[in-house]
Amino acid sequence: MKPAPFDYHAARTVEEAVALLAEYADRDGRIIAGGQSFVPMMAFRLARPSHVIDINGIAALGRLAVEGEVLRIGAVVRHAALETLGCAGVLGRLLSQMARLIAHKPIRNRGTFCGSIVNADPAAEWCLAAVTLGAEIVAQSVREIRVLGADGFFTGAMTTTLAPDELVTECRIPLLRDGTRFGFDEVSRRAGDFAMAAALATYRVEDGRIVEPRIGVGGVEPCPKRIAAAEARLAGAAPDHRLFAAAASEAAAAVEPMDDGEASRGYRQRLVRAVVTRALERSLS
Amino acid sequence: MTGASVTAFEKGKTRVFGRSVSRIEDLPLVTGRGRYVADLDFPRQIHMRVVRSEEAHGRIVAIRLDAARAVPGVVAVWTHADIAGLPPIDFRDPAAEALKPYRQPLLAKGVVRYVGEPVAVVLAESPYVAEDAAELVAVEVEALPPLLDAAAPPAAFAPGLSTEALELSQEYGDVAAAFREAHCIVEAELSIGRHSGVPMECRGAIGRYDAAYDVLELWGAAKVPHRNREALARFFGRPSSSVQLHECHVGGGFGIRGELYPEDFLVCAASMRLGCPVKWIEDRREHLIAANHSRQQHHRVRAAVDAEGRILALEDAIFLDQGAYVRTHGARVLDLTLAMLPGPYRVPAFRAVGHFRLTNKTPAATYRAPGRYEGTFVRERLLDAIAARLGLDGVAIRRRNLIASNEMPYARQLTANGHPIILDSGDYAGLLRAALEAFGWEETEARLRERRAAGEFVGAGLSFFLEKSGQGPSDSALVSVDSGGFVEVVTGGASLGQGFETAMAQICAETLGVDYRRVRVVHGQTDRIRFGIGAHASRATVMTGGAVHAAASEVRRKALAQASVLLQAPADELDIVEGRVVRRDAPMGASISLGELSRASGPGRDGAGNGMPGLYSESWFHTEGMAFPYGVHIAVVRVDRATGQVAVERYFVATDVGRAVNPMMVEGQIAGGVVQGLGGALYEEFRYDAAGQPLSATFAAYLMPTMREAPKVEVLIAEDAPSPNNPLGIKGVGEGGCTGAGAAIASAIDAAIGRPGAVTALPATPERVLSLLEAARR
Amino acid sequence: MSQKLEVKLTVNGRDYVLSLEPRWTLADVLREHCGLTGTHLGCEHGVCGACTVMIDGQAVRSCLMFAVQAQGKAIVTVEGLAGPGGELHPLQQAFIDHHALQCGFCTPGFLMLAHATLLESPDIDDEALIDILASNLCRCTGYKNILAAVKTAAAVMKARRRQP
Repeated sequence: MKPAPFDYHAARTVEEAVALLAEYADRDGRIIAGGQSFVPMMAFRLARPSHVIDINGIAALGRLAVEGEVLRIGAVVRHAALETLGCAGVLGRLLSQMARLIAHKPIRNRGTFCGSIVNADPAAEWCLAAVTLGAEIVAQSVREIRVLGADGFFTGAMTTTLAPDELVTECRIPLLRDGTRFGFDEVSRRAGDFAMAAALATYRVEDGRIVEPRIGVGGVEPCPKRIAAAEARLAGAAPDHRLFAAAASEAAAAVEPMDDGEASRGYRQRLVRAVVTRALERSLS
Repeated sequence: MTGASVTAFEKGKTRVFGRSVSRIEDLPLVTGRGRYVADLDFPRQIHMRVVRSEEAHGRIVAIRLDAARAVPGVVAVWTHADIAGLPPIDFRDPAAEALKPYRQPLLAKGVVRYVGEPVAVVLAESPYVAEDAAELVAVEVEALPPLLDAAAPPAAFAPGLSTEALELSQEYGDVAAAFREAHCIVEAELSIGRHSGVPMECRGAIGRYDAAYDVLELWGAAKVPHRNREALARFFGRPSSSVQLHECHVGGGFGIRGELYPEDFLVCAASMRLGCPVKWIEDRREHLIAANHSRQQHHRVRAAVDAEGRILALEDAIFLDQGAYVRTHGARVLDLTLAMLPGPYRVPAFRAVGHFRLTNKTPAATYRAPGRYEGTFVRERLLDAIAARLGLDGVAIRRRNLIASNEMPYARQLTANGHPIILDSGDYAGLLRAALEAFGWEETEARLRERRAAGEFVGAGLSFFLEKSGQGPSDSALVSVDSGGFVEVVTGGASLGQGFETAMAQICAETLGVDYRRVRVVHGQTDRIRFGIGAHASRATVMTGGAVHAAASEVRRKALAQASVLLQAPADELDIVEGRVVRRDAPMGASISLGELSRASGPGRDGAGNGMPGLYSESWFHTEGMAFPYGVHIAVVRVDRATGQVAVERYFVATDVGRAVNPMMVEGQIAGGVVQGLGGALYEEFRYDAAGQPLSATFAAYLMPTMREAPKVEVLIAEDAPSPNNPLGIKGVGEGGCTGAGAAIASAIDAAIGRPGAVTALPATPERVLSLLEAARR
Repeated sequence: MSQKLEVKLTVNGRDYVLSLEPRWTLADVLREHCGLTGTHLGCEHGVCGACTVMIDGQAVRSCLMFAVQAQGKAIVTVEGLAGPGGELHPLQQAFIDHHALQCGFCTPGFLMLAHATLLESPDIDDEALIDILASNLCRCTGYKNILAAVKTAAAVMKARRRQP
């Protein structure tokens, strides 16, 4: 389990990184950020890049800051930075709670938010967060800078609309208004394992009624997705256990789960009901 | 219960035997100075990489090596054609002739039979280069249909050879009559998943041939170095005195490590042929598809019982999934399953038939508590089913059937490895009583009932296990005292991390009257002692410990005889305290140290006499019978009603170990065993897809418990029934922590979901448990 | 021929100037080029934690990082845990006292994980500690003695800080 040979390039600036990527993309040149998924792939020789462009030395990409109504997460911001509170307010708390369930601490010390988005594992917490919260993904190449909505960015398990010569320089997540309630839950076999199903719920309550509900489900289909039917069930209703159960049933009915040997379609369907229910229940506490 | 021969170390009067002293092994291991085989390098060594089959079953059409051979740094690339003169890997012990055609060749010969089977090897200057070149070896295979279910009808292994390699059976009593006359017959169909030991250190081996002295060395030996020396010598047609095996630090064994595998022979063959040391370090993916799997069995079992729940007869049909070849153990796991199935219970009539069947998966062999983990699950599940049928509780049904202490020794009319099973000693009912009390069974049950009434899915389950240990017949040890008073114990034992050095040092120190920290213990080095049993089947502490005790006793006798002259007192009035011989009646008076005695009696000294000079002895320990430890496992689990996930809230083990050499280490063995047993009960499984592709070939897919999943195991160590079969009364403790875990967890899940007998298959994955739960609520 | 880069690594306070292929993992380089074989390889895909080392104060899997990436960082391995005179770190002593190791293969990884954790969070509570220690795998001990050892070491270190 030794990686195949490659040439190494330590980029100092974003411009240098995208220039290197432009040069080597067609020879399977790849970016390395945290490497916590990429290096295992290389160890198994499932990935065998000829050139590896390291962006860890680009100081600008370590930026984690709120600008206006948006949290901007640079490409080498680690999971651990979000775990310890990436920003004040509801969004910071939400991301912190989710971060704690990503793999294990030594992985979180190295792995990055943007890397996880680019890796596009169906069960990744950050992909679910990005889709549910309407994040934007900034992709830069020597050709252009594109700002992509998370909705539509993921095209399948481990695949995205990112071009081979594009570098994700940051992700932007809209802040959540004060008073926004949220809940997250996932089910995995052991602590730190990839989720067999995960759900993220956010909403606000105005005059005792739910407004702006968002329900996202990950680890179930090849890409995380929001469940419109469940959100519709919540919108305008008073939050209570019966309502949450009904929304969870809508969610379970709305997914077409993967069957990957780890969990069958039927089991995943039942897990969706469980995680959506629990995510919503948690929003009350 | 105490046999007349059990007089060695009187309880409560020992200095270091029976005490929880810290381990002499630990210092290098906590400072990063241990030396595992991967840490060892020899000048001019090269590295081996194995090219493995990617098909579960198929005919090899062609193997193309040119590209691999052309990689700079590659020394050689071999396929079966290059080693065609070497035989397949033989069985360690004589095995049935019928098994011979199923032995594994070092490299696949015309046919591949599992994903992971060695097909070729690349020998190169570095592990990275070896792996680069191995990727370029193109193996063209014409796929054949894989056989993946041992309970399905057998197919052809080769022309004229069935995939059912062997049928084993054992029986006694009138089974047919018992079933005819039974009050009722209780049946179950049960299965245990494929899982294994998976030590944290992968396997590794360095072959080194010293042409100057014509000695072949194998470094990285484990478990049974002396037995493997004989096997390697036979394999290569060499004198065994020219084959030396060397153990390094070993990162866990659990039965699977230290058997001879193709790679061990290949590094030896390559080192002799290429004239340089050859190092092979397994990677984790290889380990999960190439090292021995274990456990996978399917049972159709039934019991004839009377109206009170007493077992009249037991009958079982077993299908063992052996995987693609029969390895060094032959059919031992199946034999042990049959032999130990009745466990601690009176079973007047018994018949079990075992079907030893090959499939297209990784070959299987022993893993901690081989045959007993499986058999205990089956038997205890059956006991629970009998209890449910007759409306008894799980404790009552066991009490009614346990063999009584006054029936000991109890001759079970079965054999294990050809040795008759004669249960040596035990107060099974007494330990069950003590366990329930220490655990707080009644109060716990009451509390669990309340919680269930409040809607929780919680329950407690228990299992009773019987283990075997200390199988003889003989082992030896050398004990010597140097002129500085330091003691060396040379054994043919082996250390896999279990604390062997400390245990031997404690036995020697207690016998001799020295500080255990002044005792150095040698193990796993075939050039230091002629014979050795290694460390397996919970034998080392009993057998090697017995030999160390015998040798240290002889050294003590010599020391006292010499000192008796110098101190002018009869030897039986002398004692050895902290390495000095003193008069019992005047411990602060005149004394002489063991170092001085050693110096005075050394070779070349006047007065050494006609006997063996020095404070030195090589002694043997012989025993006919085995020591049978036993115990109770109790688990409390909580089932998540929405996901089927099982959390173990509490885990308790009571076990009688005869005498505990070091209670801290005994607890460590039990706690570690439980978590491994729990792994097989809830998480670990080598899964395959329909094409025979392994689905559990990474640590992200083969799920071993972490600290989050592991309960804090509570342990009650009992010493009610020392074994009469060895002078220290010891029973081995390596396996009992594992043995009862599958059974106890299954029983607890049943209780939690309120459906007796629900769990019929391990591992009880969340998906399986959720469907049981939903069925129970319907 | 593969690219080779000259790299300076700082391990346990000592500098190593090495000529390295970029593909060599930090774990392999520590073991094969610095001779620090206390860092063990248990899986080489980042799950088991036997290769855990401390980099700039944080626990990191050294199998998931290339050595060329560790240039300029302060690397501490298990060999750097004991004091200059060889006196054991409280974690090492506690592992011995609590029988927190059997085969010892996972031990360096657990020690470095615990070391980084107690540096960052000396007052960590049990549940958070278990979450972190669940990062690494042990196959021998059943874990309970590892937890006990780390808790004892935490208490010893705290007491030492109180008496300067």
